[in-house]
Amino acid sequence: MSEVKNILLVGVGGQGTILASKILTSGLMKAGYDVKMSEIHGMSQRGGSVSTQVRYGEKVYSPIVGKGSADVIVAFEEMEALRWLDHLKIGGTMVINDHQIQPVPVNLGNAEYPEGIIENLSKICDVHAFKAAEIATELGNPKAMNIVLLGALVKNMGGLDEIDWDAEIEANVKPKFVELNKKAFHAGYEL
Amino acid sequence: MKVIMSGNEATARGAYEGGARFASAYPGTPSTEILENMPQYGESVYSEWAPNEKVATEAAIGASIAGVRSFCAMKHVGMNVAADPIYTFAYTGVTGGFVMVVADDPGQHSSQNEQDNRNTAKSARLLMLEPSDSQESKDFMKKAFALSERFDMPVLFHVTTRTCHSKGIVELGEREEADVPDYEPKIRKYVTAPANAKVLRATLEDRVAAAREFSNNCEFNRVEMHSTKIGVITSGVSYQYARETFGEDASYLKLGLTFPLPDDLIKDFCSKVDKVYIVEEMDPYIEEHVKMLGIECTGKDVIPRYDELNTDIVRKAFLGVEPETYKSDLQTVVRPPALCAGCPHRGFFYALSKRKNLMITGDIGCYTLGSSAPLGAMHTTICMGASISQGHGASIALKDAGKDTKVVSVIGDSTFFHTGVNSLMDEVYNSGHNLTVILDNRITGMTGHQQNPGTGYTLMGKEAPEVDIPALCKAIGVKDENIITVNPNHLDEVNDALDKLLPKDEPCVLITRWPCVLKKFSKQDIDEFPTLHKTQCVIDQDKCKNCKMCVKTGCPALISTKEKVVVDYTSCNGCTVCKQVCPFKAIEEVTR
Repeated sequence: MSEVKNILLVGVGGQGTILASKILTSGLMKAGYDVKMSEIHGMSQRGGSVSTQVRYGEKVYSPIVGKGSADVIVAFEEMEALRWLDHLKIGGTMVINDHQIQPVPVNLGNAEYPEGIIENLSKICDVHAFKAAEIATELGNPKAMNIVLLGALVKNMGGLDEIDWDAEIEANVKPKFVELNKKAFHAGYEL
Repeated sequence: MKVIMSGNEATARGAYEGGARFASAYPGTPSTEILENMPQYGESVYSEWAPNEKVATEAAIGASIAGVRSFCAMKHVGMNVAADPIYTFAYTGVTGGFVMVVADDPGQHSSQNEQDNRNTAKSARLLMLEPSDSQESKDFMKKAFALSERFDMPVLFHVTTRTCHSKGIVELGEREEADVPDYEPKIRKYVTAPANAKVLRATLEDRVAAAREFSNNCEFNRVEMHSTKIGVITSGVSYQYARETFGEDASYLKLGLTFPLPDDLIKDFCSKVDKVYIVEEMDPYIEEHVKMLGIECTGKDVIPRYDELNTDIVRKAFLGVEPETYKSDLQTVVRPPALCAGCPHRGFFYALSKRKNLMITGDIGCYTLGSSAPLGAMHTTICMGASISQGHGASIALKDAGKDTKVVSVIGDSTFFHTGVNSLMDEVYNSGHNLTVILDNRITGMTGHQQNPGTGYTLMGKEAPEVDIPALCKAIGVKDENIITVNPNHLDEVNDALDKLLPKDEPCVLITRWPCVLKKFSKQDIDEFPTLHKTQCVIDQDKCKNCKMCVKTGCPALISTKEKVVVDYTSCNGCTVCKQVCPFKAIEEVTR
């Protein structure tokens, strides 16, 4: 328990990493870890790149995940995985939602969205890519995408199975969405 | 009880536990959530949004003079607006404990400048506390009120984006009520006419001296002795980066009370270590003081003077170590923030961007994004409220120089209430002729939807009178026929108003009135804007010629590829600006 573990959730403003990170940090705290989480609010929310950084261990000092130190990066969008690649620890895992959101310069024809990101990254590091929104849609609501990704994150981090994630979902999600989100978590975990 | 809290939530909790009874603020990233978290303590602490930071500070000062523990909160640049009262309140001192929370933004995540307000504490002579995480934010804030009362000095509670927006585990405590004395006038203390102020100025030095003595031996400043080869002096979140970099290979003087700085404690610590490193963000505030004490140290010669620090930077600076990382040969594309799909500012800026020979002065808000491609319809952004006054100066200067460039000044509703009103008064009083545009989206948008004097609600959720913007402009002296209100989603309305007002050689005001697309709509909004979010746009691919005219509105709901343009239905909010600009009538509005 002495080594500090690092997690990055990265995506595009408005994709909603907040609920996933709330459930995650709450579970980690109850398991007895020291936890710090950092995210930047403000103008970057308006469709810009956003990140949530989570660190846990026996004692955590800095709230920021450094370069080359993330055990797992969960990218809610493909190009954001590429953007944060230098933060992945050597030997770490990249969980990627197989989904592209075009930034303004690409939409205006001033830049090209990089092609073949998942294939490229798969050659460089350990990549788990899947269409989280499709899985969530099959379960009943595409918005449960975050929790699918959270399930995959917990699986890939390892060592977090003793935490009662169902109870954390119950505590943090509106009653009518609890069952959906539990299913989403387990679907992500089983991937 | 232990809970996970952001620094801002913890600061709010600390104010509650510390016996605060009055709080006021103007929202500003990264400080906004402090006051947003106060209504939950509403039975104990009254809290409100003020129109600007000066007003918030003065209201809290009033509460302190009346004898209750009070605080105000603001982002770093708000401190400039509030500088007038606080510099003099430092002289008078307090009755009820007073805390001014100032949130600096190293790295300019959400700000127009990066100023280190630790210098303000020194310059104004305010006690300064600097927490390094959420637990300390709660604990220090709780103790700040009694500290303020003990030394008869206001406290500047200095936090940064990282302490504000990071979350950590916080052990909660109980509220400590403070007695409120019966009011007694203290004219010599609080009337700062020169005869009194000169006396107060002298006693302020005595109060600072007493506080400096205290700082040498207080719970806020802590020594952690490990290896004596390196001694690190640090404060705020920088402590966390230093502690992670050096571990137990260094000793630490971790400062929490940083004005006045503890001279004796610093000298004593430095005498016990082989060399001294100073780890701090932005200015060499501690470093210059340590050097002034005649102590050799290393700080800003290896650490940058600007931007946010982190462990990587500190490690590289002092240890020369960089982490091993993966690299890809693919290049990312920047993802700048953009006006949201359905943002009511888009229609206005699109129409304005088509006009020629304009100078467009801008202001602070989401609508600053009107300056970005493809709209490019804002040419300046300096500070809150500056659009109108700058526009006034520019329009007078241009005309005097014989130029026919017309000046348009663009400002949001909340920013207009903040300081734009004074600027409009200047323009009207001095026969200016810039066109002022007030983008009234019925909320303070960029900071995440705070109520303001125009929205009809208060921070604590009570209904409130709404400022009538056209009536206010009229009262300032703008002629009735020169004030036009439009729906900014209707390009014809915007263009008609611009056609009428741009040629005029006198003060004119165009008000665009439509709610922020992300706002939680009030009952009044739903009554006034019945078509909100009722429709979406679809592109008929048979009629679409892929000309990209719609894409030039910059709407993120339009996804453009070489072959075609499609609407992302999860984002489209049916503003219909794309439909209006389509030359082939290929876009239709459908019920959601």
